[in-house]
Amino acid sequence: MFLARLTRRIGIAAMTLFGVGVIVFVLLRVAPGDPIAMMIAPGATPADIAALRARYGLDESIPVQFALWLKGILAGDFGTSISIRRDVLDLLAERLPATLELATLALLVAILIGGSVAVVGTLLRRSRAEGVIDAANGLLLAIPDFVWALALVLVLGVFYPVLPLSGRIDPQSAGDFATRFYLVESIVTLRFDKLAEVLSHMAMPTLALALPLAAVIARVLKQALSEAMVQDYVLLARLKGMSELRLILQEALRNAVGPTLALTGVQFTFLIGGTVIVERIFSYPGVGNMAIDAVINRDLPLIQGLVLAFGLMFIVINILVDLAVVALNPRLRHG
Amino acid sequence: MVDVTIVQPPALPRRRLLTDLLANPKVLFGGGFILMLVLLAIFAPWIAPRDPIEQDLMLGTLPPVGLPGAEPGYYLGTDDLGRDVLSRLIHGSRVALTVAFIAASLAALVGAMLGLLAGWYGGWVDAVVSRLVDIWMAFPPVLLSILLVAILGSGIHSVVAAIVIIDWTRFCRVVRAETMAQASMDYVTAARTIGFPRFTILMREILPNVAPVLIALMSLEMGIAVIVEAILSFVGLSVASGTPTWGGMIAQGRQIIHHGWWVLAFPLLTLFATVLAFNQLGDGLRRVIDPVMRR
Repeated sequence: MFLARLTRRIGIAAMTLFGVGVIVFVLLRVAPGDPIAMMIAPGATPADIAALRARYGLDESIPVQFALWLKGILAGDFGTSISIRRDVLDLLAERLPATLELATLALLVAILIGGSVAVVGTLLRRSRAEGVIDAANGLLLAIPDFVWALALVLVLGVFYPVLPLSGRIDPQSAGDFATRFYLVESIVTLRFDKLAEVLSHMAMPTLALALPLAAVIARVLKQALSEAMVQDYVLLARLKGMSELRLILQEALRNAVGPTLALTGVQFTFLIGGTVIVERIFSYPGVGNMAIDAVINRDLPLIQGLVLAFGLMFIVINILVDLAVVALNPRLRHG
Repeated sequence: MVDVTIVQPPALPRRRLLTDLLANPKVLFGGGFILMLVLLAIFAPWIAPRDPIEQDLMLGTLPPVGLPGAEPGYYLGTDDLGRDVLSRLIHGSRVALTVAFIAASLAALVGAMLGLLAGWYGGWVDAVVSRLVDIWMAFPPVLLSILLVAILGSGIHSVVAAIVIIDWTRFCRVVRAETMAQASMDYVTAARTIGFPRFTILMREILPNVAPVLIALMSLEMGIAVIVEAILSFVGLSVASGTPTWGGMIAQGRQIIHHGWWVLAFPLLTLFATVLAFNQLGDGLRRVIDPVMRR
């Protein structure tokens, strides 16, 4: 029934994606603002404009446009970007690896920081230090990624200029990579100088995205841990003479991780939403940065492609989290 | 005729509520800062030392007072076009606070209405509203706000509309749960026994008891709205570029970060303090007003 659950989830997901596609497609076309107006040269004749409209299929009725678009996607053709004048699928393939690497690294860093804070906070419970940790965490919960990113720019980019302020790699290194997955590639090929270069560029955007999520994880996990720590099985393990740290890591954590995981899944989709603005601040060449330009230029084919790409990411994450929660919880597994 | 007194949940005497509020450091700090900001925004033309949009290229990128090269009278320095940073900061609070108050109030209105109805009537009303909230909350807010502004067009109205469209769910969820909790209280049963119409009970009995939570939530929402407005002006999708906004100043500061860090640093600090103040105020209000948390 694991498989049945998966198929059902994928079915619902496909329908959701289709629904979102329809809504965005229609709303973008009834909205004010003409994408063609953005690209005509001064002095273009009405005939020129009409020709341009026809070239991007904007002269058809909305249902016909949608049918054409859908037919194209099923054949692997996402259309041509109006502002960049390149194939949308090519653009996505070029930019998605950057965003995927950034978001995944940020998630790992957030789990690492949030998890450590929760464990340390649980170790120090009922001490004065716990109050300090809780208060600091409460403050951190209020700071969004946008503010973190800019604060990091000021501190680590300007006042103590230790990290590069923009881009994914140094401009002259573009030819050194065979794929677009710079981080993965430099690890797999064991080129540690390149790895250091990639990581130094990713450090600030990663931290900006990771810190708000880390604060959420720390709070929820610490709460779950403190509930687990008073259970009988923990008491029993303590009577057997287990150290406090081992109690937390071996006994309590296993039972506390479930609810945290479900919440982290939701928050991870928020983190991916946050890449849009963080990539902008660091001129990081991902899909988020491209999304803002696409919106400013009213580049309809590109916006639609990006919405589908983001939608697909959210759905995959949701399904994975759902499966992980079920796999970790025996009661749900047999339900 | 029998006189019936409806048993109300114990409410604080008004004067004690006020002293409690003023004794709470979070309310004092948060509320004080916001009050100062509101005054700055209202009296901006009289308080700001200079015209916020007047350019003077001879006085471009002056550092703040105290640093070498500063000019007296330009306390927080100037941007690359020679505009006074302090004056722009003061005038920028107008857009920030306008968006914060209007967007948070409208989101609260829509969310609270739906939350009250769902929590009180239950059944299919609740099913529809709850499902809607679930679907809504699945979309990441930043992405959705940018997409919405793409659809609605840029400008302050779109920014407000985007915030309301995205964030009504925050109010709806909390108000629905609170309404359900209130609905099981004795005073509601009493009111029903007397035979008050259902809608009257909702508006006259339950709403006043849900209001405290609503007010605290609104304060938090204003902090969120300030950030969203700053993000949208940062990417150039909020008000027209002539009007000073904190997000617009930050965007400009990011461009000239290496020779004019103050153009970014001061609006960022202001933004940070404002969000923190709204957060602390909301948190403090909830602690003082909410009977459950007070206990």
